[in-house]
Amino acid sequence: MVEFTFWDIAYQLLLALRWTVVLSLIAFVCGGLLGLGLLVLRLSKLPGAVKAVAVYVQVFQGTPLLMQIFLTYFGLALMGFDTSPMVAACVCLTLYSAAYLCDIWRGCVDSVAKGQWEASASLAMSFAEQLRHVILPQALRLGIAPTAGFMVQIIKGTALTSVIGFIEITKAGQLIANATFEPFLVYGCVAALYFVLCFPLSLWSQRLERRMRPQR
Amino acid sequence: MTMDFAPVLAQWPMLLQGLMLTFVLTGIAIPLGVLLGIACAWLRLNAGAGVRAVVATYVEIFRNTPFIIQLFFLFFGLPSLGVRLTPETASILAMTLNLGAYACEQIRAGIEATPRGQLEAAQCLALNRWQTFTRVVLPPSLGRVWPALTGQIIIVMLGSAVCSQISTEEISYAANLISSRTFRSFESYIVVTLCYLGLAILLRQLLVWAGPRFIFGRQR
Repeated sequence: MVEFTFWDIAYQLLLALRWTVVLSLIAFVCGGLLGLGLLVLRLSKLPGAVKAVAVYVQVFQGTPLLMQIFLTYFGLALMGFDTSPMVAACVCLTLYSAAYLCDIWRGCVDSVAKGQWEASASLAMSFAEQLRHVILPQALRLGIAPTAGFMVQIIKGTALTSVIGFIEITKAGQLIANATFEPFLVYGCVAALYFVLCFPLSLWSQRLERRMRPQR
Repeated sequence: MTMDFAPVLAQWPMLLQGLMLTFVLTGIAIPLGVLLGIACAWLRLNAGAGVRAVVATYVEIFRNTPFIIQLFFLFFGLPSLGVRLTPETASILAMTLNLGAYACEQIRAGIEATPRGQLEAAQCLALNRWQTFTRVVLPPSLGRVWPALTGQIIIVMLGSAVCSQISTEEISYAANLISSRTFRSFESYIVVTLCYLGLAILLRQLLVWAGPRFIFGRQR
């Protein structure tokens, strides 16, 4: 029987941590782009677009991430794609973060004064120019703090991809706990590593939020 | 791509049983979590430095680690300290602690926004600290943060799906079981996901309705 020292456990967990970080970054970048697309679609007031985006956001915010992961995994297979857990995890977390980020940023756009839209319209700016030069620069500044806060949610969300067999740190923790019979130590370490990833982001988000507040 | 819901819907007693347990878990964990949040918020604002630090540590740990790890730690980790929990107890405990941590921060923000005059008025009426907190400070504070708290409560309800991973037999567990019995994975998860969507919408309506009526009183 193989003996595991504390350093073996820590080393294996750190290797798996890379996948948590990679998956979080992919979900954040792709989700951010898709979320921005949805936001623009919503602001464009094309017929049906507002409603469609609202339904999309409601569906993703009103169902458990765990179910979304299962549905993506089996749904992609049903549509005939040859999926790996990695692909399914990326697709699902992208769709999930897009819904939340779209909603967060919509709140920021709403808090830009209406006069800004009217003023830029009266300068004969097109919709794209209004967004590019007037609205988004102001809205995204407000959006930094809640976006950083949501990054924490994404990192925590990646833990659930362990259920479809993607080996990130939670799955690695499960495997190691089963091999070493030391769940207390292993899950303690996993929790500590998540904490090390998330806590600085939380602090940064809180600090930014505090700095924004007096201006309102 | 063909879908067939009949074999899944034929298992409706299992779905119903799972739904009942989801109700029970949520119904117990939400009030307990909110009470824990209120208690922690009070401690963070009134207790000595030592207790404040303990509460702050609890809040940050639970807000910065995934729910599934909290659940695994309680269910698989604690037995090595001699504490053995059933899946249901571990689920309720994890949900309560998780909601308590988030609710603490939200409610604290609500309490901090209490106007000074309210406290002075309470003092003039010779209310003691307990009366001031429960009658004067807390209800409007809850009212101020009710929308955020509602959102968090729904997130915790949806999070209960994760409890299936420690074999709590709630509705996602039913979905896993039905999917392995009927080989209709996508269909079973669709049905259960729709149940959650319905639950989330209902719970939001319930909280929006019940909040002003029973928790913090109508704006007079």
